[in-house]
Amino acid sequence: MSIKIINEKCTGCKLCIKACPFAAIEWVKKKAVIDLDKCTLCGACIEPCKFDAIVLTKISPSDIDFPKKLEEHKDIWVFCEQKNSVIQSISYELLGKGRELADILGVDLCGVLLGENMKQEAQKIIHRGANRVYHVDSPKLKHYQSEPYSKTLVKLIKEYRPEIVLCGATFIGRSMISRVAIGIHAGLTADCTGLDIDKENRLLLQTRPAFGGNIMATIICPNHRPQMATVRHKVMKEAEINNHHRGKIIEVSYEGDTYYSRTKLLDIVEEIEETVNLTEADIIVSGGRGLQKPENFKLIEGLAKVLGGAVGSSRAAVDAGWKSYSHQVGQTGKTVCPKIYIACGISGQIQHLVGMQSSNIIVAINKDPHAPIFNVATYGIVADLFEVLPELTKKFKEVLKK
Amino acid sequence: MNIIVCIKQVPDTTDVRIDPETNTLIRSGVASIINPFDMYAIEEAIRLKEKFGGRVTVLTMGPPQAEEALREAVSLGADEVILVSDRAFAGSDTWATSYTLSRSIHKIGDYDLVICGKQAIDGDTAQVGPGISSHLDIPQITYVKKIEEVNLGPENKHMRAERMTEEGYEIIESPMPCLITVVKEINEPRLPSLKGKMRAKKAEIKKWEAKDLDLDPDLIGLNGSPTKVVKIFTPPPRKKGQILEGDAAEISQKLVGLLKNEVI
Repeated sequence: MSIKIINEKCTGCKLCIKACPFAAIEWVKKKAVIDLDKCTLCGACIEPCKFDAIVLTKISPSDIDFPKKLEEHKDIWVFCEQKNSVIQSISYELLGKGRELADILGVDLCGVLLGENMKQEAQKIIHRGANRVYHVDSPKLKHYQSEPYSKTLVKLIKEYRPEIVLCGATFIGRSMISRVAIGIHAGLTADCTGLDIDKENRLLLQTRPAFGGNIMATIICPNHRPQMATVRHKVMKEAEINNHHRGKIIEVSYEGDTYYSRTKLLDIVEEIEETVNLTEADIIVSGGRGLQKPENFKLIEGLAKVLGGAVGSSRAAVDAGWKSYSHQVGQTGKTVCPKIYIACGISGQIQHLVGMQSSNIIVAINKDPHAPIFNVATYGIVADLFEVLPELTKKFKEVLKK
Repeated sequence: MNIIVCIKQVPDTTDVRIDPETNTLIRSGVASIINPFDMYAIEEAIRLKEKFGGRVTVLTMGPPQAEEALREAVSLGADEVILVSDRAFAGSDTWATSYTLSRSIHKIGDYDLVICGKQAIDGDTAQVGPGISSHLDIPQITYVKKIEEVNLGPENKHMRAERMTEEGYEIIESPMPCLITVVKEINEPRLPSLKGKMRAKKAEIKKWEAKDLDLDPDLIGLNGSPTKVVKIFTPPPRKKGQILEGDAAEISQKLVGLLKNEVI
C-alpha cells in the first residue's frame, strides 16, 4: 500500500496539513509533501482534500483471506460485566445505546452474562431491553479472570455470530476484550464516547478521543465481524427498566478447558477507605496543590460528603503523598466523566484536563485568574478556596436537607 | 530472569497546544518522549534484573526516529534494544501492532516476562499489551501495581502480583512466562546515570524489518488491521464559561442555585 500526492492537482491549500493527526504533511514550495516516516496511512487527509490530490492505494484487499461471510453475522451483543454477582451499571448504559443501534439495524439486542448462579440477574438484562441473554454459568466464572472469560466469549461469538459486540472500557473490559478480538481477528476500538450506524453499509461508526481528547477520531471496521468496541463509562444513558419486557435466556455451557485459567486469583482486596470508584461517581470534588497541606483535603472531603460525591486529586497532590494513587485524575491516573466536577486549587495542566474535560459541568475554584482550568470551567470562581469551600459546603447542606 | 519491555515513542502532550484560531492541534516542535507508563515498565524490569539477574531487552515498533527512545532506555539500564521498523508496518492498528510485536518477541525467544505500560498516552487504547499476550498464548496480569513475589525455581516458575481494580486490588499468581501491564503506582522511575548516558550514545540498536520476522504479510500494516480511521476532527470546544463574582457567601449562593437541580 502507498500514499501519494498528485502534484498537478495539489493547490497548496493546506487543508490536509491541518487534518493530519501525525504532523506528517509539510508545505514545501507551495505544495503538500508527505513525510512517509511519520505517515501511518490512516487516511485522515483524503476526505479534507477538495481536489482529490491525495491517493491512498492498497496492494491487496484486506478481506482476501477472511473466511467469514459478513452477512452471516447479526445482532448486537452487550457484554454485561458483573462483580460479586451484581451486574455493573456500565452494562445498563451499553444496553441503552445498544437498543438504539439494534433498532436502526433491525436486529436483536442480546446480553452476554458470565458468572455463577446469576439467573435472577440475567432477568434484569431482559428488563433493560434485551431480546436474549446468553448465560454461561460456572463456579469458575464467578470472578473475572482473563483466560476463562476471553475463551468463553470467543466460543460464544464463533457459535452465535453477532454483528457488533460492545463492552465497558473498564478494568475488566479492557483486560479481556483485546484477547477476544485477537482470537477471532476482529476489529476493536477502545474507549468510545460516540456510537452510530452507517445504515447503508451496516457499519458501526465508532468515535473516540485520542491525544488526550484533543482530537476525535471516527473508526470503522469494514471487512471483519463482529465489530467490537469498548465504551467509556458514564457517557451513554442507562436503559430504563421495564419489568414487562420479555426475552429469552439461553443457557450455554462449554466443555473441557474453556474455563481453565493459568493465572490464579488468590484474593480480592477492597480498599473502601483509600480507594474510591471515581469512574462510577456522578459528582467529583478534586483537590490540588492549592490546598497547601494534606490535612486540608478535609475541606474537599466535607463538600464531597454533602454532595454524595467522590474525592479526586491532581497528580501533584498524589506525588506529594497527600492522597493515594486511586484518587488521581488525569493522564497517568483515571479518566472521569461525572455530571459535576469541582476542581479546587488545581491549576489545570493539560495532563489533568485530559482526564476530566468531558465532564458535564466543571466548576473551578482557584486564586489565579489565569489558571488554565478556567478555560474549561463552566463556572469559574476566582477566590481563596479556604474561604469559599466552607461556605459552599454549608450552603449545599442547607439546600439538600430541605 | 530475562525480561522484554515493549515501549512506544509518543508526542509529549505537555507541549501540545491548541491553535486558538483554527482550533487544531499544534504539533510542530512537539518533543517525542517514551510513553510515561512505559517508563514504569522499564524501571520495573531494571529492578527485577538487579534482584534476580538476567537481561532486559527493550523493544519498540515505530518509525526510524523511535531510535531515540531506545537510546534513552539504554541510558536507564536496558541491556539490549530492538527497533522494529518497516514501511510495511505503517497503518497498523492494535491488532496488527500486537501481532508484529508478538512475532518480534517470538524471535527474541528466551524470556520469562514481558512488561508493557498499561496504555500509551496518544492512542489510550490499552489494547496492545493484552493483544500481545493473546498472540503469544501466554497468561497476563493487567494493571499491576506491585509485584509481590517472583519464584524462579526450575519446577514452577511463577510470580504473584497485585492487580489494580476499581474498588481496590486483586492478588493474582501466574506461571511464567507471562505478560504484565503496569500502572504508575508500581514504582518511581530513576533518572539516567551519567555512565548510562555514555553507554546510550555508543549502544548498538538492533533493527528488524518485516523480512527479518516470520510474519504473515496479510496480517501486518494496513492490510492486517481490521479497523480504519475514517474521520478525524477536533472536538467542539467547551462553551465559554461564566465567572461568578462576589464574596464567598455570594458566590456560594450563586453556585448552589446553579447546581441545585443537578445535585438533588
